Amino acid sequence: MQFMLLFSRQGKLRLQKWYNAHPDKLKKKITRELITTILTRKPKMCSFLEWRDLKIVYKRYASLYFCCAIEQNDNELLTLEIIHRYVELLDKYFGSVCELDIIFNFEKAYFILDELLLGGEIQETSKKTVLKAIASQDLLQEDLNEK
Amino acid sequence: MALKKVKGNIERMFDKNLTDLVRGIRNNKENEAKYITQCMEDIKQELRQDNLTVKGNAIAKLTYLQMLGYDISWAGFNVIEVMSSNKFTLKRTGYLAASQSFHCDSELLMLTTNMIRKELNSQNQYDAGLALTSLSCYISTDLARDLSQDILTLLSSTKPYIRKKAVLMMYKVFLKYPEALRPAFPKLKEKLEDPDPGVQSAAVNVICELARKNPKNYLSLAPVFFKLMTTKTNNWMLIKIIKLFGALTPLEPRLGKKLIEPLTNLIHSTSAMSLLYECINTVIAVLISISSGMPNHAASIQLCVQKLRILIEDSDQNLKYLGLLAMSKILKTHPKSVQAHKDLILQCLEDKDESIRLRALDLLYGMVSKKNLMEIVKKLMVHMDKAEGTIYRDELLAKIVLICSQNNYQFITNFEWYLTVLVELAQMEFGSKQGHVIAAQLIDVSIRVQAIRSFAVAEMAQLLEFYASNSQFSIMQDVLYSAAWLCGEFASELKEPEASLIAMLKYKSLPPHIEIVFIQNILKLYACCLMKYELAQDYDKICGMYEVTQRKLENSLKSPEIEVQERASSTLMILEVVHCEVMAKKGVKTEQIMEDFDLPIDAEVDKGETVAMQLLNLFNGDLNPVAPKAQKKVPIPEGLDLDSFIEEPDFGENEYSSDSDYEIKGNLFVKDSNERNSKPELTEEEKVKIREARKNEQMNNPHYLKSSNKKYEDIPVAELQLDVPLKVLSKRSDKYLKFDNGAKKSRKNKRSKKHKVESSTDDDNELVNKTLMVNQNLELPEGATLSDSEGSVGNPDDPHRALDIDLDLPGLDEKKLADSPQPESNKIKSKKKKHNKIKKDKSVAAAAAAAKQPGDDGENKKKMKKSKDKKEKTKKKKSKELSNEYEEALGISTPSKEFP
Repeated sequence: MQFMLLFSRQGKLRLQKWYNAHPDKLKKKITRELITTILTRKPKMCSFLEWRDLKIVYKRYASLYFCCAIEQNDNELLTLEIIHRYVELLDKYFGSVCELDIIFNFEKAYFILDELLLGGEIQETSKKTVLKAIASQDLLQEDLNEK
Repeated sequence: MALKKVKGNIERMFDKNLTDLVRGIRNNKENEAKYITQCMEDIKQELRQDNLTVKGNAIAKLTYLQMLGYDISWAGFNVIEVMSSNKFTLKRTGYLAASQSFHCDSELLMLTTNMIRKELNSQNQYDAGLALTSLSCYISTDLARDLSQDILTLLSSTKPYIRKKAVLMMYKVFLKYPEALRPAFPKLKEKLEDPDPGVQSAAVNVICELARKNPKNYLSLAPVFFKLMTTKTNNWMLIKIIKLFGALTPLEPRLGKKLIEPLTNLIHSTSAMSLLYECINTVIAVLISISSGMPNHAASIQLCVQKLRILIEDSDQNLKYLGLLAMSKILKTHPKSVQAHKDLILQCLEDKDESIRLRALDLLYGMVSKKNLMEIVKKLMVHMDKAEGTIYRDELLAKIVLICSQNNYQFITNFEWYLTVLVELAQMEFGSKQGHVIAAQLIDVSIRVQAIRSFAVAEMAQLLEFYASNSQFSIMQDVLYSAAWLCGEFASELKEPEASLIAMLKYKSLPPHIEIVFIQNILKLYACCLMKYELAQDYDKICGMYEVTQRKLENSLKSPEIEVQERASSTLMILEVVHCEVMAKKGVKTEQIMEDFDLPIDAEVDKGETVAMQLLNLFNGDLNPVAPKAQKKVPIPEGLDLDSFIEEPDFGENEYSSDSDYEIKGNLFVKDSNERNSKPELTEEEKVKIREARKNEQMNNPHYLKSSNKKYEDIPVAELQLDVPLKVLSKRSDKYLKFDNGAKKSRKNKRSKKHKVESSTDDDNELVNKTLMVNQNLELPEGATLSDSEGSVGNPDDPHRALDIDLDLPGLDEKKLADSPQPESNKIKSKKKKHNKIKKDKSVAAAAAAAKQPGDDGENKKKMKKSKDKKEKTKKKKSKELSNEYEEALGISTPSKEFP
């Protein structure tokens, strides 16, 4: 996976994760382009589009769009699964997640994503393991704070 | 100091934390930019303090702002400070900020090497995990080289959490530092059998990615993966393994045979669509790579197609899309299996989703046959009427043309039908940019299919008539170009050239490139009509025609376009001269004009010929479509030396004499080629003949001279077998002729069913409008469009198109790695090392001077030196040992042994 973007229906970016280094300018250009393209697509349309030499897979959950860029030979359905898995994880972690959760705890959203994917590859397919890793890190964080 | 600390803490109470920032931004939607500028100032203030917690807070806020699109690269150094904290909370914030904002080209990364190494070796697995995760986002070549050994060590960690991350991290290291692959590979291979499923899956992931870019080095792992595939049930992993096999099979067909069975089993059994889709894709890849002789071959394809049909029929748009996508892969090799599902694919054209419709269109291209072409095109036309969106309709139009014209109109049995379709398409004016495509097709078909010419010309004449008489009539303007040209060039096929001439003279403001064609072809039509009138001795009509034409052309003289002006003025001159000639013949002397325009024509008056005949000579000669690059392909006849002079002195004189004959420059060229080709046999007589012929064809454009074509044909060379046939026209049109003759009898019946419906409007129109045109061709542009259209026909089949896509830079890196022989890579290594030493020293110094790192710079240095020494020693040893193993692993051991 090349990158993952989360953005709202209003086109506001909520999270961006790049697995290949790009200059900031390019990132911004790509982001803007994709957000406009995807937001203009009608809800009944399929979740895939060809974009430059990449394939874009996106899915809307409530008011948030999750959008991933994958290479030509990658499996689109698997990518949808990854997105879904991520949403499930967020849901479990926050307890029925909403956009506000992600806005106010965006770093947590990143942490969870980092446990699910590393360098754009799926790292852990077990929800339990991911949540456990996050929980114990959170615990570590709180412990240290108390000290 | 203490006071300062207290002061800092108090200030901290008033600091905004991240939540405040987010809330603040939400509350200040009106002037967000202003608010954020304010916050940035606060953050800069906070970063200036000594308290690391305050800095951590600031960095957390910056990370949020970064996401909103603000530049925070200036704070890179502060990020590193926070990363180096001992507190996990701060570390977490710091590493997150780093992974979001660092760039692999950043100078700052030099400062992080030791810090990250420290974390990697930390006792706390989450410290190491944090470092690995973060590093994966910005790893640079330097970092990869310096840390590869540390990460490799982590592969043997006791904690699966670390192993898993380290395995995935190795992939990033390989991409940046390919030399690491050899020593790391054996360990990576071990991880395929790791007891922890997460680690195992990570190893599969990494090897799959590596193998996809460079499959041949991983063939030896096939048995391991085969075992994994048949024993594991984790779908995530299975998908990767199957994908890996998809990459391997093209190199080893035997592997493919072995795979078919387990894959078909999976296809039957799995309920996961993603796995099913992957299996189908791989089966397709396998079947494509296996040439033949597979007993289950047909059955497997059948199974795939069936499953795909289920996907396409699904209400889920995503599955539908992917089903069509996979179908198109099958189509390339097994068109018949797909053709059976034509109904379904046509149905997809009605889908609400444009991307699905486009996929279905792609499929249709490969599905047409002689039998179903008309039917499919008809559906597409109906669909076109309903379709929305210019882009989509344009796409549709281009596809229709593409479908019909593929393989030299292979599937068209009735060209009248095709022309009607083209005309109908041309009338669907919706701001299309595809007008030129239709225009080119009209010209191409009319030239290459001689039998259709009169029909085509009649259609075109009608179009022009409509256009002239009805301002409401909408048509793609580019089509007027071909209409004018066809009517002119094949004026002899027109029933009423006068009417066409009149229609064309009515042209309104046209784009210059079309107006030119009009002017040129008006002249051709004029000549045609003149002939008719002259034979009938109808001089009144000649005068009338002359006046009307003259008036129109004088208008064109005022055009701002220089090309239009030029055409109009030379055409006017010709008309004038010709008219004088005609009148002179009639007995009316118009000496005055003749004096003014003392063109050679008047010296050429031939008693036996009519004046019109001479004018028509200007446009004499058949047009043959020239195959792309045909010029290059003309072989030099035996015994012809292109470099030697041809009768040196004589030739020069000839040239001058022909100049004095008012030769146009272009004709020099033609004559040149004539003489060259026929050089050996040239006698005086022949020269005279040629010169005469040249005079007759004075104004003619060189590219269309019949004489030159004939000359080519005379040369025995033309009979040699060439890749691209030189005489495209004659061969192809012969074919069509046969077709047409054969079909003529049945055509009426054939047309009656499907065609009638479509052309009924045209038939009606015919009754209303009967237009005639007399035109002669604008030749050069026509040739140009011809070759264009041929080019576009060829493109979609070009296999390189598909091949071009995936090779990205990382892939190339790996290729280098795998292909470069050992010594070479060592060289690179040593060079880089030297280079790096300098860098490293710098970086350490910088770090020591600038960073108030809590840690121990001295110790770090020592450690580094030690480790560097160690590394170099061990590397040398290892590389020798490992290279042996590696070669075994990457196996030149043929998989055939393992797959009996």
